[in-house]
Amino acid sequence: MPASTARRLAMLVAAAAFCIAACAPKEPQVRGNRPQLRLLTEDQYRNIIQDVFGPQIAIGGALDPILREEDLVAVSAGRATVSASGFEKFATLGEGIARQVVDPANRDLLIPCRPRRADARDDACAAETLGRVGKLLYRRPLSGAELQRAVETAGAGAARVGDFFEGLTYGLSLLLVSPHFLFIADSLRDEVSPPALTGYAKAARLSFFLWNTTPDEALIDAATRGELDDRSGLEREAERLLKSPRLVNGVRALFSDMLQFEKFVGLSKDTEIYPAFDPQVAQDAREQLLRTITWHLLDQDEDYRRLFDTRVTFMSSALGRIYRVPVEDTVGWSRYEFPAGDMRAGIQTLAGFVALHSHPGRSSPTIRGRAVRELLLCQKVPDPPANTDFSKFNEPAATNLPARDRLKVHSTDATCAGCHRLTDPIGFALENFDGAGQPRTRDQGAAIDASGALDGTEFTDVRGLSGALSEHPSIPACLVQRVTSYALAGTGESFDMPWANYLAEVFRRDGYRLRPLLASIVGSPNFYAVELPVVQTAAAEESHR
Amino acid sequence: MTSTRNSRPTRRSVLRGFLGGAAVSVGLPLFDALLNDNGTAYAAGAPLPLRFGTWFWGLGHTPGRGIEALSGRDYRFIAECAALEPFRARYINYFSGFNTLLDGAASRVHYTGWVAAKCGTVPVKFSGMPAPTLDTFVADQLGRGTRFKSLELSSTGNPKDSLSYGAAGSHNAAEVSPLKFYQRIFGSGFRDPASGPFEPDARTLLRQSVLSAVTEDRKDLERVLGAADRARLDQYFTSVRELEKQLEISAAAPPSMESCRLPATPPDGAPTLAIEEVQAAHDALARILVLALACDQTRVFNLLYSQAASEIRARGTTFTHHILSHEEPMDVNLGYKVQTAWFNEQSFAALARFLTMLGEVREGDGTLLDHLLILAQTDTSDSKTHSVIGIPSLTIGRAGGRVRAGMNVAGNGGPISRVGLTVMQAMGVPVSEWGTRSLRTAEPLAEIMA
Repeated sequence: MPASTARRLAMLVAAAAFCIAACAPKEPQVRGNRPQLRLLTEDQYRNIIQDVFGPQIAIGGALDPILREEDLVAVSAGRATVSASGFEKFATLGEGIARQVVDPANRDLLIPCRPRRADARDDACAAETLGRVGKLLYRRPLSGAELQRAVETAGAGAARVGDFFEGLTYGLSLLLVSPHFLFIADSLRDEVSPPALTGYAKAARLSFFLWNTTPDEALIDAATRGELDDRSGLEREAERLLKSPRLVNGVRALFSDMLQFEKFVGLSKDTEIYPAFDPQVAQDAREQLLRTITWHLLDQDEDYRRLFDTRVTFMSSALGRIYRVPVEDTVGWSRYEFPAGDMRAGIQTLAGFVALHSHPGRSSPTIRGRAVRELLLCQKVPDPPANTDFSKFNEPAATNLPARDRLKVHSTDATCAGCHRLTDPIGFALENFDGAGQPRTRDQGAAIDASGALDGTEFTDVRGLSGALSEHPSIPACLVQRVTSYALAGTGESFDMPWANYLAEVFRRDGYRLRPLLASIVGSPNFYAVELPVVQTAAAEESHR
Repeated sequence: MTSTRNSRPTRRSVLRGFLGGAAVSVGLPLFDALLNDNGTAYAAGAPLPLRFGTWFWGLGHTPGRGIEALSGRDYRFIAECAALEPFRARYINYFSGFNTLLDGAASRVHYTGWVAAKCGTVPVKFSGMPAPTLDTFVADQLGRGTRFKSLELSSTGNPKDSLSYGAAGSHNAAEVSPLKFYQRIFGSGFRDPASGPFEPDARTLLRQSVLSAVTEDRKDLERVLGAADRARLDQYFTSVRELEKQLEISAAAPPSMESCRLPATPPDGAPTLAIEEVQAAHDALARILVLALACDQTRVFNLLYSQAASEIRARGTTFTHHILSHEEPMDVNLGYKVQTAWFNEQSFAALARFLTMLGEVREGDGTLLDHLLILAQTDTSDSKTHSVIGIPSLTIGRAGGRVRAGMNVAGNGGPISRVGLTVMQAMGVPVSEWGTRSLRTAEPLAEIMA
């Protein structure tokens, strides 16, 4: 090849490379959210206790739930507080955990030193223990004053009762009820403008987003060394967390929040109508959804849209009774593939989804349709008007009709039709699953007509719904919107919308795979951006002067 | 109808302020007699404690099937509410014709009605609370001296169903398991006055030292927080302080109460929404609650029998109480919905059982019913149409002689907040005006005040 041709080719390659870089969407910089003060969720609390003290520590009771006041509990956690009874539970659970840690059965493993005397205070050993535990619970090393307070609480207790370990119980209890543990508070670097998160706050953000638990020691130490203050250090740690098997915990938490799985708590069905649906089924139905989601998205690194038409799932023996399929593994879980042409395709057809969005004694096309709209497509379905006239239902025979006939008034009455045409046609397609998620072909003696429509795509049965849903443009857009909001504990306000739009494009380009999406988020400065509200900025400037 | 209008606001409105975001004028108590005990019931020289509670049931009752109005303020309970009739003359006022004045705001079904009645404010957002619920103001007044400032209970198996909200939107979640509730009240923190000489538990002092150390954490956290987050942190530290007070009380000799005794240990578990399980849970929680009151462990409670839009169901049927209330066909011969009416009856039967338990606890020359006031509320007046016009409410009890009973109190379309204001004043909360916009009122219902 003549040199000139080679040069021309090299220029072309360079131009092409430039175009790839320049033609890719440019990431917008967002202003960032105000510093957050997020209350730990019960799952986070449990994960942390397990990570810090090990699985042998039992958590004897439940915390008060954080009320879902937004689309995501992750956002509500940024508004939740601790009531008197809620704090009482933290105190009771905390002391129960501390007692197990100092118990002779566990102390050799969990307490890194031996006191000189077991019947007196030993501040050195108390400091070593409390410093080590405190660093993981507070997600940073304790300050001198904080450690001193904990050591003094333990020491005074030990002196009073003549027992080092009993005293240590109260030192540990202090850490476990401290607001530094129970609230994830964004801390800001001193004297940095514009405001920036400390390395510890970045570590917490990363770890709770990707693992739904406290940062591990390596991440905290990286923050201590200042490595999270520059981009390469941050990218290195983000990559480590993304590659860890613990990512599955973060993804389970994300989808549990997005799909409102707290509703599984206390989910029960009428035992006369659905005798097969017991508490074990409810628990397994939730687990089946999570296993199906994480297997496709993490283990197989598949296109997110496949979740809505996949025939692959996991079965337990309890679920076998609901699906009416044989299950090989009678103890654990086994991979299961529904035959081609089966009515089950996609997570929206699994027992957990359809049973969760049903009445205790029957299915509900309206509730199911609303769940598909709101949870999977991020579309808001309006509440029923207050003055709804239900007398149209008051035909004596109405309660014994199949759902489609019973709910006919939803489509014939103008007041109802506006919203119900958004929900019911989706729900009718899921009528082949009863209120417990069991398959059926007849309802109230009549053959089920599962035809329906979704935003212009018409179909004749539930398989058509699976196809329409997996091709619906709002399916990936909704995930990106929720993940962005979850990551920032924000509410989709103006500060993160441009970024969500950018991420949606990146998601598309990467084949709608979750891992690259998560990597794009934690690799972006936007994930760590923070902004003080105007009033506080003014006050801070004032105090600097 | 008579009402006591605040005729000299300048004298009373000495302390003006805002409580938890809801505009509340704090003044001197309207009823000076409230500050003095009526002198009818004393035990060992000490005045008997005054208690307050709320009882909530979903879906009201069928219009026309609750009470029969007689002449004047007389009435009697009929049909769905008949179980309450034995308690009516001495203990129960029925409030009819009070309205949720919306000022043009949308009414969210099964939500706006009870929020307005409990907060004195019509919610414009459909999540969270526009203001603290009135029980928390009463708890601030009455709950200071007992181990538990207030206790929240729900028979529905779900802690989220509690309708009590404090400052900064803090939700007071409900106890749902009778066993856990029993352990919380009568477990290791309880000192039985009958169990011999009192010795404080060494652990109590150590627990106190933990809480006093926690309060030192405050200033480090406040540095970068905005006002809303600071309020949330304030609520956290208020909760720490509540537990400190609880421990202080545990470290002192227990109150000597004539009817205090330990309840039987209840079975574990939370109910499903099958009606027999809900009823069993309600009664089990109520039994423990009654003894918690008798032992003066708390003076304020919120007991929820069924949620707004109650999803309680009868075994083997496909429709819940809520769905029936809309979709059940009217029985053309009887003129009402038969199954819906049955569920409504069950609600009032449960309330009557609770009142029976309270009436069995002797105190002074009366029973617990003479020394408490319960405000019973619901979400709707006509569940078929979600109406918030004329939502019924009840007060039960004599409040130590502060309250008269046996009356049908007509609201004549006035704001339902008048009921809440009256109850707060009867409990000694220093509030002369309550509510916002058209629900703002300075007119308590003087006719029920003794």
